[in-house]
Amino acid sequence: MNNFPLYDIDNVSFAYDTAMVLKDLCIKLQKGKFYGIVGPNGCGKTTFLDLLIGNKTPGSGSIFFKSKPLPSYRRRDLAHWISLVPQEFDTGFGYTVEEVVLMGRHPYIKRFGSPSAEDWNHVGRAMETIGISELKNRYTSELSGGQKQRAVVARALAQDTDVLIFDEATSSLDVKYTLQIFNVARKLVNKEDRTVIAVIHDLNLAAAYCDEIVFMKNGRIQQHGNTTKVMTPETIMNVFGVTTEVSLDPFSQTHQVSFQYWD
Amino acid sequence: MSKQSSKRFTILIMVLTLALLSGVVFSTGMGFISISAGEILRTVFSSLTNSPSLLDGIDTTIPYVVMDVRLPRILTATLVGAGLAMSGVIYQGILLNPLADPYTLGISSGAAFGASLALLANLTMFNQFSIPLFAFTGAVITLFIVIHLSTFNGQISANTLILSGVIVGAILSAGISFLKYLADEQVAIIIFWLMGSFISSSWSSVLTIAIAVLLGGMVTFYFGRDLNIISLGSRSSDALGVETAKVRIILLLTASFVTAICVAMTGIIGFIGLIVPHLMRFFVGPDNRKLLPVSAIAGGILLLSADTITRAVLPVEVPIGVLTALIGGPFFCVIFRKRQKRGRHE
Repeated sequence: MNNFPLYDIDNVSFAYDTAMVLKDLCIKLQKGKFYGIVGPNGCGKTTFLDLLIGNKTPGSGSIFFKSKPLPSYRRRDLAHWISLVPQEFDTGFGYTVEEVVLMGRHPYIKRFGSPSAEDWNHVGRAMETIGISELKNRYTSELSGGQKQRAVVARALAQDTDVLIFDEATSSLDVKYTLQIFNVARKLVNKEDRTVIAVIHDLNLAAAYCDEIVFMKNGRIQQHGNTTKVMTPETIMNVFGVTTEVSLDPFSQTHQVSFQYWD
Repeated sequence: MSKQSSKRFTILIMVLTLALLSGVVFSTGMGFISISAGEILRTVFSSLTNSPSLLDGIDTTIPYVVMDVRLPRILTATLVGAGLAMSGVIYQGILLNPLADPYTLGISSGAAFGASLALLANLTMFNQFSIPLFAFTGAVITLFIVIHLSTFNGQISANTLILSGVIVGAILSAGISFLKYLADEQVAIIIFWLMGSFISSSWSSVLTIAIAVLLGGMVTFYFGRDLNIISLGSRSSDALGVETAKVRIILLLTASFVTAICVAMTGIIGFIGLIVPHLMRFFVGPDNRKLLPVSAIAGGILLLSADTITRAVLPVEVPIGVLTALIGGPFFCVIFRKRQKRGRHE
């Protein structure tokens, strides 16, 4: 392990026209960890992810990725390192599941080249891991929301990157597939030393799977640290304004959040 | 992408090319004077190889009719059909909307407005390039206005883009009407040109459109796979290594250039860019690298057929733009209705 953080984000701010979205973010993200980004709607989580992917550039401050400024990377090279699983996916045209997963290999295929055997291997393996091999010839326009979402996860796996960024990627999945995707992500971190950065709405999922949690509120990082340290009733009250209790759940052996449901 | 679909693609390309070539020969034979395929081929080869002996036994008016009257018109119609279909593929790919074509964006109206201005003011400072140049300028200015209207926070919204295109197109149409009102004596020229016509086609218009279509085709083919990826939305395509904003602008400029040249040479001919890619997607799927060449050839065939019908079959020559609108308009309604219904079931 080297000493450089994977991401070194220093004093980053970002504004849309006049509306300030992110303010003075300072954070270092390390390789081989599962990060959860948690916060109320509209607190700037998605914009933060866009900065990490390089889709947007900060108004001020700097982002270093692998100890080089993020904007100094060519977009295509960056796509070898970082993949995105977006929340929504729709293509207006009838691509098949296999074609969509193959698009994950786009950064590796030469402009006028065809997919290599290795590319097809990645595509096959990704579909198998997510369990959508039998859907491969189906048109994405015919799929249910959950099936589409799994195809997008498979596309990110086929992209074979060190960093995977999930933007509420499981919000349209039922509990079985949600756990499946999180288990796949967790294995990538544990066994292959990859890094997952996920925006998660479900605090219990975040508590169960993440090594570290970044709490955001009003465009600022409110709290960041080891999950067990920062997932506390005080932080949750501070960030979301709801009353909770956090305790070690004997069944899952993870810290879980109980909510006070009625006032 | 599979072996089977690339075989189907090859067969389709061959069938369409053969249909186009025989269509060109067949339609050259049709008209007031009927000419046989043999005579046409001999005339063409005689001009190409500069050997007058091939013309022995052929009526002396035939080389004139074939080379100076019919072929320029037929090739112009074919190339404009190819160019408009190609622009349709690009606009649909970038707007992620199968209903998009040069008209939805207002580009055709922009080009027509620029060209009308040149016609009205009788601008000839750039010789025969005056009208195309003004058309292209009109198309590009329209494109930038439409893009500016639909850009928020640095992102172009596909839906807003179409809405802006329709609004700007409506304003420009009013502007063209105003120009017609001002035009007085020249109004007939503008009106006839606006409705679309191949009558005044010459070899120089064939050459101009051929260059535009070829250049446009090469640029689009170069970015073909990027265009496929862009269909996932700009956020995903950025993350897959595509310079989405850059590719979008380059391709929009390319499509607008091809559209402008087509409009400048022949006036407004609608719906080719809408119908052809839509039909061809049915055969080759959404992959733009296949869709582009297939649509270009099919667009050529469609517009050639339409022009041949109005030129040689109908008793009176109907302006080609009117004919394509009469066929294409209802087609548009059918696709639109189908999409609405499907949207409701999903």
